[in-house]
Amino acid sequence: MVWQRSRPQLDRDNRAFWTGGAEGKLYIARCGDCAGFVHPPREVCRHCLSENVAPFAVSGTGVVDTYTVNHQPWAKDMEVPFVIARVRLDDAPGVFLTTNIVGAQVETVDIGDRVRVTFEEQDGIWYPLFEKSA
Amino acid sequence: MSRGEAFITGLGMSEVGVRLNRSPLGLTLDAVREAIADAGLELSQIDGVATYPGKMQMFLGFSPIGADELIEALGLQTRWHIGAAEMTAQLGAIAEAAMAVKTGAARHVICFRTVYEAAALARPEEFPPLNRSAGVTGNSQWVSPFGAFSAANWTAQFATRHMRRYGLTREQLAQVVLNDHANAALNPRAIVKKPLTLDEYMAARMISTPFCLYDCDRFTDCSTVVIVSAGEALDEVKTTPIRIAATAGSVERYSWDQAEWASAYPTGRDLWNNTDYRPGDVDTVQLYDGFSFQPITWLEGLGFCDVGEGGRFIEGGTRIARDGELPMNTGGGQLGWGRLHGFGFAYEAVVQLRGEGGARQIGGDPRVAIATSGGGPMAAALLFARD
Repeated sequence: MVWQRSRPQLDRDNRAFWTGGAEGKLYIARCGDCAGFVHPPREVCRHCLSENVAPFAVSGTGVVDTYTVNHQPWAKDMEVPFVIARVRLDDAPGVFLTTNIVGAQVETVDIGDRVRVTFEEQDGIWYPLFEKSA
Repeated sequence: MSRGEAFITGLGMSEVGVRLNRSPLGLTLDAVREAIADAGLELSQIDGVATYPGKMQMFLGFSPIGADELIEALGLQTRWHIGAAEMTAQLGAIAEAAMAVKTGAARHVICFRTVYEAAALARPEEFPPLNRSAGVTGNSQWVSPFGAFSAANWTAQFATRHMRRYGLTREQLAQVVLNDHANAALNPRAIVKKPLTLDEYMAARMISTPFCLYDCDRFTDCSTVVIVSAGEALDEVKTTPIRIAATAGSVERYSWDQAEWASAYPTGRDLWNNTDYRPGDVDTVQLYDGFSFQPITWLEGLGFCDVGEGGRFIEGGTRIARDGELPMNTGGGQLGWGRLHGFGFAYEAVVQLRGEGGARQIGGDPRVAIATSGGGPMAAALLFARD
């Protein structure tokens, strides 16, 4: 896809998520006290109200929870069709990421597929996309 | 019996169209005038205003008129008002008004929803489109960078999972659409004018699988008004009052992609905690259908069928037809009437309970109806009764 992806406005909460790809890492906010994950990232743990929340590098593997094949070009230069998926991360219980499954024919993507993160950089933002593994 | 209760006493609606020239305030005025006349009230008797989501300056087509703006524009003398996006979905505005009249904060409340998305897109110089170039924030940042700009993409993923897990089919989804189009054809105010065939549905282009063009509502220009009155003030109105017997609303997760399932499920279950009525008492349902899949989640959430059985429940379409056991979206829903954004469902529920549906009126002297809105990250359900 050559279209310019929407650019998140970086702030204290989301910076690690959107820039971690520069070091090849997928960061999800995690509570240092109860080990619960907080996504979207916020400074307070939604499980135990601790403020000891910090970015945590997860493995970047997961499974396609569900998906849709988008056929509608919503934006200029958007090439269709492509897969929008919701990925359930292996080691961040309760966290889902909306993302794209890349590097595969759209009709081959299915619920339950094993996937691994891959980053696409545009103008300093490292978008976490996923590709099928094995 | 009516003391301490809240009732719908007036209905009004502007012209419904696509790319209308009449202004948003003009459309709202048309709907207010009709509702006031319907109820037999004067504007001087209105002492409350409620709307969802309030004026959206960043995206005026989505909500061009606010509550305080309407109060100013019509010279109302109010004691209570609210215009907010942070509530239990579109019909939450009516639930809020019900609470206001029950507590005595107001006697007669104008509840309105004005939408102007089609006209706004056609006249960008007057209504600047949503500007994403400065960067996306809030919930949008977690979806739009991946091309998931539309609620069609977000909702479609729930539908995909329902298909894989429970066997929902496109032919079953189509029944929502065919039912809407058939009912809209009998509704003089609906945008859709004729029934749709299954072949036409199956041949339509895809938007976001499994949703084709007909599974998605389309931008509409309209204002819808319902008047909520206190039981103590019913002697001031001339219509058959329709009681708001129960309300429910929830946020499963304030996000489209972190919730395991849609908010229609907890909201549907909770509605029955707030009333002695039971699903078997309900004569008609008006279920939010911005996308065809949503009524399936509402039917399951409200307990008309088990979770996973929604597709089979509407198989063939006979059960939800006007002469079926549970007539659904009798005015055409958003897929047939137009994207009135939630308020059309409350409007139609009241029309049916009053017996004023004309060619689309269901039989059997209906006394109990449900209207819902939303169903994704937020949801609202209203139960109506004619005593």
